[in-house]
Amino acid sequence: MISVATVFATLFGIPLGVLLHVSAPNGLRPLPVLHRILGVVADFGRSVPFIVLIVLLQQIVTRPLLSTSIGPTAAIVPLAIGAVPFLGRLVQSALREVDATVVEAAVTTGASRLRIVRSVLLGESAPALVSAVGVTAVTLVGFSAIAGVVGGGGLGDLAIRYGYQRYDDRIMWTTVIVIGLLAMLLQFLFDRVARLIDRRRHVTA
Amino acid sequence: MITVDNLVKSFSSRAGSVRALNGVSLEVQAGSVCGVVGPSGAGKSTLARCIALLERPDSGAIRVDGTDLVSLDGSRLRAARRQIGVVPQGDSLLRQRTAAGNIALPLESAGVDGPVRRKRVGELLDLVGLTDKAASYPDQLSGGQRQRVAVARALAANPAVLLADEPTSALDPETTGSVLTVLDRARAELGVTVLVVTHDMAVVRRICDDVAVLEDGKVVEHGKVLDLVSDADSRTAATLLPGLDQGEGLIGTHDRVADVVLVGFAAVGALLPEASNRFGVELAVLGGGLTRLGETPVARFRVGINGERADSALEWISEAGAVVRRTPKGPQGVAA
Repeated sequence: MISVATVFATLFGIPLGVLLHVSAPNGLRPLPVLHRILGVVADFGRSVPFIVLIVLLQQIVTRPLLSTSIGPTAAIVPLAIGAVPFLGRLVQSALREVDATVVEAAVTTGASRLRIVRSVLLGESAPALVSAVGVTAVTLVGFSAIAGVVGGGGLGDLAIRYGYQRYDDRIMWTTVIVIGLLAMLLQFLFDRVARLIDRRRHVTA
Repeated sequence: MITVDNLVKSFSSRAGSVRALNGVSLEVQAGSVCGVVGPSGAGKSTLARCIALLERPDSGAIRVDGTDLVSLDGSRLRAARRQIGVVPQGDSLLRQRTAAGNIALPLESAGVDGPVRRKRVGELLDLVGLTDKAASYPDQLSGGQRQRVAVARALAANPAVLLADEPTSALDPETTGSVLTVLDRARAELGVTVLVVTHDMAVVRRICDDVAVLEDGKVVEHGKVLDLVSDADSRTAATLLPGLDQGEGLIGTHDRVADVVLVGFAAVGALLPEASNRFGVELAVLGGGLTRLGETPVARFRVGINGERADSALEWISEAGAVVRRTPKGPQGVAA
């Protein structure tokens, strides 16, 4: 559930972040109106409480798309959509970290905007992007617990149903610890990959 | 080769409008190295950014091979950019790419790929002397090596003009030498026209054929370095030639005192002793010294001459091609 949602979030979140970045007033292709619209979408999307998002999307997206609005598969839809604006903003700030001198140097080589986005912006921020996807994945672990309300299943669901509603402290604590460990593992893996692909300050002995 | 014609560029801010370039004109001959120098705030960076086609001037033209580039857009602008290789100010390499990968970037933009691209990258690494660093990442290279990679990248797409914006500003004098050598090699081996924007007169001294002095957004001096040093009023001469502020105390003891600028091997080596022999005068060097502009030795001496034919000797030196400027002697009475 989390992995599929993360993949979808990445597929849409990175392009959203790129568009936010390049359409900015001092971006590669300043488009003030688009920038404003995307900014509103991204901020509005992040501000909607996840539980509300699930219900909101049930009728307008989830059911038309999957012809069901309950169960683990259906939960992927709000998870992915909820994560897109979040990741989009993270991607935008990662791209902002790419040095303007480096981008300008690429401009002077006569590179097209598409190439600059691909080779320079995405290429240079690749480690930061991996981290951003990692943070998103960990956030989705938290979100997925709420997905229990639509029968999304998962550990959060377990904690609420058995731990809270049946006063079973053992299950409650076990699930909390397992969720924590899962989040830590995800973070560790993404950090590891980010470090592996980062070519900065690699000292060859 | 590259002509900058009456460039004007203003920036407006809340504090008011600043005219960074106020009618800058400049001409650089094909295959020569021209230095643009001047104090900070003179407009050097703005000029460099305009020529790099990163900034659009308010008016004026930048012509490469007769074609004006400032008004181009879209794909024609991108094509024009490939004619001007730029070594930007500061660190500009992709840090996630190897030296070879960085040099390949302009070739990718130009649609050159496969073995042709690899061969070209190899040639450029060779030109800048970094063949063994092909697979190194920028963070594994020294500042000078990174700058040489930036030069190789700027040359990758075979530009007609190479523009270097403060290429040595962050480097120590030794490393500066290695970067300047590479710029000079680019001109010699590829025939590229080089424009160096710098505050460092050592750059002019080492590699420039021509120099343009920028001040308050205007070119106040422009010409061949070797011509300008012969011009007593030139600022370029004042900064490039050896200083004269020695030997003031000795001036009074000579019949004639003159400042002599000598350009070239023959002049520097032989002119003064020969004058001394020919006219039977006693000739003493009171100040000044010898320097080198590119490959050419250049000297400026303050000489004191004793002897009846001192004037004739000075005249002869002047006719032989040196620039002679007589210095008013101290009060005559004291000398005697």
